[in-house]
Amino acid sequence: MTDPKLVEEAAAPAAVPGAEALPPDAPVEGAPMRSQGRDVWRQFRSHRGAMLALVIFAAIVLFVSLGPVLWRIDPTFVDYRARNQGFTLAHPFGTDQLGRDLLARMMAGGQVSIAVGLVAMAIALSLGSLVGVLSGYFRRLDAPLMRLTELFLALPLLPLLLLMVTLFREPLGKALGPAGGTFLLIVCAIGATSWMQTARIVRGDVLGLKEREFILAAKSIGTPAPRMILRHVLPNVVSPIMVAATLGIATAIITESALSFLGLGFPPDFPTWGRLLFDAVDQMQMYPWRVILPGAFISLTVLSVNYIGDGLRDAMDPRIRGR
Amino acid sequence: MRLKCLMLGAATMALTAPAALAERGADGQVNVIMWQAPSTMNPYMSAGTKDIIASSIALEPLASFTTEGTIEPRLAAEIPSLDNGGIAKDLKSVTWKLKPGVKWADGSPFTAADVAFTAAYCLDPNGGCAQLAKFEGVEKVEAVDELTVKISFVSPRPDPFSAFVGAQSPVLQKAQFQNCTGEKAPTCTEQNFNPQGTGAFKVAEFRTNDTITFEANPEYRDAAKPAFARLVVKGGGDSAAAARAVLETGEFDYAWNTQLAPEVIAGMEAAGKGKNVAAFGSLVERIHVNLTDPSSDLPEGERSTARHPHPILTDAAVRKALSMAIDRQLLTEIGYGPAGRPTCNLVPAPAAWASDNTECLAQDIEGAKALLDQAGWVAGGDGIREKDGKRLKLVFQSSVNAVRQDFQALIKQWWSEIGVETELKTVDPSVFFGGDAGSPDTFQKFYADVEMYANNFEGNNPEPYLARQTCDKIPGPENQWQGENTSRFCDPEFDRMIGEMTQIVDPAERGAMGKKLNEMLTRDSNAVIPLVYRGTASAVSNTLGGVKLNAWDSELWNVADWYRVKQ
Repeated sequence: MTDPKLVEEAAAPAAVPGAEALPPDAPVEGAPMRSQGRDVWRQFRSHRGAMLALVIFAAIVLFVSLGPVLWRIDPTFVDYRARNQGFTLAHPFGTDQLGRDLLARMMAGGQVSIAVGLVAMAIALSLGSLVGVLSGYFRRLDAPLMRLTELFLALPLLPLLLLMVTLFREPLGKALGPAGGTFLLIVCAIGATSWMQTARIVRGDVLGLKEREFILAAKSIGTPAPRMILRHVLPNVVSPIMVAATLGIATAIITESALSFLGLGFPPDFPTWGRLLFDAVDQMQMYPWRVILPGAFISLTVLSVNYIGDGLRDAMDPRIRGR
Repeated sequence: MRLKCLMLGAATMALTAPAALAERGADGQVNVIMWQAPSTMNPYMSAGTKDIIASSIALEPLASFTTEGTIEPRLAAEIPSLDNGGIAKDLKSVTWKLKPGVKWADGSPFTAADVAFTAAYCLDPNGGCAQLAKFEGVEKVEAVDELTVKISFVSPRPDPFSAFVGAQSPVLQKAQFQNCTGEKAPTCTEQNFNPQGTGAFKVAEFRTNDTITFEANPEYRDAAKPAFARLVVKGGGDSAAAARAVLETGEFDYAWNTQLAPEVIAGMEAAGKGKNVAAFGSLVERIHVNLTDPSSDLPEGERSTARHPHPILTDAAVRKALSMAIDRQLLTEIGYGPAGRPTCNLVPAPAAWASDNTECLAQDIEGAKALLDQAGWVAGGDGIREKDGKRLKLVFQSSVNAVRQDFQALIKQWWSEIGVETELKTVDPSVFFGGDAGSPDTFQKFYADVEMYANNFEGNNPEPYLARQTCDKIPGPENQWQGENTSRFCDPEFDRMIGEMTQIVDPAERGAMGKKLNEMLTRDSNAVIPLVYRGTASAVSNTLGGVKLNAWDSELWNVADWYRVKQ
């Protein structure tokens, strides 16, 4: 029995001179791809928890984004004849104390919560990484930026948010509508008050990296600072940033719930998971599902994002990859 | 007929006999849970309801408010009136006759000197008395003789029942407190925690913010009362835990302030250990309609002031339609259950003042639509009505509170059915009710089109409460936004009638006038849209008898009459 591959190879015409340096036109089937993205993905796939988390997170995102297209009940429609219903065909997740459909509310709430979580995390992450890298890499910026970080850490969060909401809610609401204005305000507020941990972690890592030989080597061949940061420093601090990011999403979702609870978040007719949870606390004993459902969605989202982050961290770290 | 009466009387006697014949202290111990724990026993040192209620177990005023809001003598022999000469003809003084033979818990006699001393104690400018409002307008209080006290006022008072009426202003013992006046008042810990009283119980042990143990007062004027030898007031927890301790587990006999969702209470009551009872005072949940323009296009200091009338809500038809579209019965059922009643009145009680206005109780969506059609508001493409280029869109604000948010959602839906778009807004209660002139979110500033909250009045006299709705009480920058006329209602006729009322003494005539004023605010103008007449709720064990919940005075006002139900 002859191997077809061997036959093919043998039958192949001789290579054009000079082409050895180029990658083959069509990669040989079964041979490993050498692109970094593919490598990361392969490693990621081998992390079973991360894969499961990815599936769950994708399912949740699909549920909240495509769900309302299929399930067309208005999440704020009050049908007081159908109050406090259990799981029925008309209301698969039941109804709340005013007869609003919980499935529709869960979808609408998820859109807001996940959007807030992702955007606020992105803001906090960019701010935190920027401050962290700058203060770690440039010695002169270190002290002032770290004092700024400490200043923000020392600020009492709640009064600050209260002030921001009082000052900006009305002008923003007028410019972008009540929901849009509140969204921008909340993601900015959460983002601007939760970047400090990331900044500290990143700074610590950058300080350590700076002493490594490859950085020294890059420096000695005259690599300019921006290129140095983007090419050599950032890729090496991606793992702590990823971990901070996944934790950030969770914190953002929970902070948004707390804000809604204090009346500083979205108006009461915009359901979010946090608000659904808080609304249900009073009836926890009688209708435990109303607490369990939004609670489970928040936990699942947070957990799955954490696992994805864990998998990504492992996959992106070249020292772990391939083991 | 007479026979029937006699038999009925005999039957009642037979029924009440076990309680009436009980001797003092025969029923052992009664346990009361107050989830906000009392921190003092001297109500002049604290304005907190919890402290006033706790102190009312030992201390007594000259007269109490009954469950109906009328006045009943306690330490006084009778209620002063114009007829018995107690109230002076010029309305500038009131003379109280005291019950003879009343003794303090230490055995010393109770006299008019104690009453005069208590007034001086509270009126001392250095004392920081928390109940000064009860003594407002009081010029002096003097002991005419052992059993007669005369209270003189600065100006004529048609309703003189403020000082020494109700649990907020009980009588303190002169002998105990005479070294505690002025700046020394708060430092007299021993006196403030263990005041001598004339009430049914006396303090045995006081632990601040924790437990107070009372014993039956051996000198109490009724030899058969109280039926309990000991009364323990325990603090801590929250309203749900307190209600559960009475209704589900039966560890306690009485729980104060158990305002919970009707379904939650019903679930607890199913255990069969007790009942949640409600008493109705004067608390009304209402919507205030802003008659001035809150638009943020106006410069600060002119928003929501009388200078700019509201572009939409000055139309009486819109206000009436808003009121007609609301189903108050359903709101009550969802939000308060048996602890609420639908109402169309701002002044729901006392009976003489309560208007029989019930027109608004039936929801009328079609009528509201017709009214808006007539007034020229035409539905646009998206179902929202418009007129002269103005969209019928309102911002509806309230404080953060689960029940209020449910109400907001329901009302928003009803209003959308009649073509009114509503944007909901919630504000943290400490900001909303905080009265901070610098915050844009207080209920007085009212930077919204409609707002919902509840309010009530002290004592049984609604006159000062109605007088808050006059033109000069409109909140604005000139009074640091402290006025209480949140609707910015201004009607010269209303102001004139309020002025007239201060001269009227006859209770019936005052009540009739009050009804008219109430209707001007609600039915006639819809400047205020009342929703629910709210009661205060408390949980009572089935084994505890004699409880008559009172929303006008301390809840424990008749603790002397409590007894153990024999099962």
